[in-house]
Amino acid sequence: MSALTRRTTGPERAPRRTAVKRQRGVVALFVGPFLALFLLVFAAPIVYSAIQSLYAERASGPLGLGGITSRFVGFANFSTVLHSGDYWHGMARVFLFGIVQVPFMLCAALALALALDSIAARGVAAFRTVFFLPYAIPGVVAALLWSYLYLPQISPYTKLLGVIGLHPDLLGPGLVLWSIANITTWTYTGYNMLIILSSLKTIPQELFEAARIDGASEWQIAWRIKVPAVRRALVLAGVLSIIGTLQLFTEPTVLQGISFGVSSTYTPTMYAFTAAFSNSDSGVASAGSIVVALLAGVLSVVYYRFTMRKADA
Amino acid sequence: MIGKTAPESVPTGTAPVPRRQGASPPPGASRRTARPVGVKRSSRLVLNGVLALTALYFLLPVWWLLVSSTKTNSGLFGSNGFWFAGLHLVENVKDVFSFGGGLYGRWILNSAIYSGLSGIGATVLGSACGYALAKFEFRGRGVVFGFIMSGVLVPSSLLTVPLYLMFSKIHLVDTYWAVIIPSVVSPFAVYLSRVYAQDAIPDTVLEAARIDGAGELRIFTKIVVPMMRPALVTVFLFSFVAAWNNFFLALVMLSNQKLYPITLGLYQWFTQKDQTTYNVVITGSLLSVLPLVIAFLALGRFWRAGLSAGSVKG
Repeated sequence: MSALTRRTTGPERAPRRTAVKRQRGVVALFVGPFLALFLLVFAAPIVYSAIQSLYAERASGPLGLGGITSRFVGFANFSTVLHSGDYWHGMARVFLFGIVQVPFMLCAALALALALDSIAARGVAAFRTVFFLPYAIPGVVAALLWSYLYLPQISPYTKLLGVIGLHPDLLGPGLVLWSIANITTWTYTGYNMLIILSSLKTIPQELFEAARIDGASEWQIAWRIKVPAVRRALVLAGVLSIIGTLQLFTEPTVLQGISFGVSSTYTPTMYAFTAAFSNSDSGVASAGSIVVALLAGVLSVVYYRFTMRKADA
Repeated sequence: MIGKTAPESVPTGTAPVPRRQGASPPPGASRRTARPVGVKRSSRLVLNGVLALTALYFLLPVWWLLVSSTKTNSGLFGSNGFWFAGLHLVENVKDVFSFGGGLYGRWILNSAIYSGLSGIGATVLGSACGYALAKFEFRGRGVVFGFIMSGVLVPSSLLTVPLYLMFSKIHLVDTYWAVIIPSVVSPFAVYLSRVYAQDAIPDTVLEAARIDGAGELRIFTKIVVPMMRPALVTVFLFSFVAAWNNFFLALVMLSNQKLYPITLGLYQWFTQKDQTTYNVVITGSLLSVLPLVIAFLALGRFWRAGLSAGSVKG
């Protein structure tokens, strides 16, 4: 390769035209396969579900064996979804979850990142690994694991709580949402911390030294220099967390196995799943999914605008 | 607030809850004495103490899993969850592999196939696309990139159910492909490859190779791929783990138990609600996590590389 690079230092540069000529085919070769699959897996389902959401499918004949007939119903499926108490309850749950769990997790992640980035912390590499470890555990397994840890018969935690006189029903309808929040917090805090931490590492060290010489405390440095510098990373983590929260599925679905507090329409995504597979109603399932997706988009934009403007002011 | 949501409320300050901890937390409090810069010793102690307690919050469930997989099923109910009660790990492992007609080994193998092929596919497709987007000027380049990036923001649950309906029309449902095809399309892979190719591959190198008469495919495989290796490892790692963790896609696409990945298999065992098989599910969970934890510990720097790419330029 050194032979190749040496050539370019010569006076005459590569004749661009040759590259341009064969470019089209090359671009098609490199970009084509990904783009084709992207269209199949991302674009087509969106279009398909948009169409599906306008149709009602009905099994005809005895026992539905006469095949499925499809009928255009306009926005009737959306109307069904938006008038469904189950759907709105699920939505309300996910909102409550989102306004409590997401800020809490991001604050914890930010605090941990700042702590590990401060000069006073020891064993940074070990802590970083431990905090990130839960992310390496699949969501289903994390949910299974915590399910057992919520079961009063075998959980060491409920035993400990019992010792100090607390007997919370962690799987009951009142608390199970927060039990789920604990699972996602446990899984994703370290991941978000790592995103923030790597963003902190890009701040030039001279900035801190200058601030210290000017007599700034470590607190001031953290608050005035570091936090503003990781704003973008925080916004990104926030957007992804909002999208993740709206799609909440795995954890409540697993907890459903042991908790009466979780219904089959507990979250909007579970609602869509139940509509599609238990009720074979692809129209309602599609409409439900689209409403979630639109909300995710709107919320992400609002969140982005809000946090960015506040930071500029 | 975590005290409210977490059953294991982190004890604050003065009254530590007596608790067995086998996996000792990383060295917390200051061992060496003060550094030149002025941070009070007391605040350093508090900081490291808080970090150690947080580490306990993250570690204890994993420790519990480890300990519990050595217990008999009745041992799970009668003993201290955080400490051993007889060593029955070998019996449990045997149970895991023989339970339900010996599907566990098959599920692990399936997961390896799904994750391996998804990882390779995502890396090849994503790096080729990202490289072309970084290094070739063509009309609509920005539009194509923006289009692909918008995929990051699409909730996957929106895609999976209609994808199932589409796949069932072309008889792809309940096959390996139903899980692999969606998993090889990773906008993140394109993004990371593009960013990396922009920074790491000088135009001069490519031009020189062209003058020497190398074909574009050859340039890609012989020059670009070796130069992009760190990014490719990161992309592979993320795609592999995403596929290993995937649950929703498999749940939707697969009904034949023999095609289940391990996550779906464990979920199915769990939902049988049989109190006499807790030890099987618990040991099975532990075994399924081991390959990932090892990969994660061994390849930590590639994780961080991927995450920092996401944070800095995202």
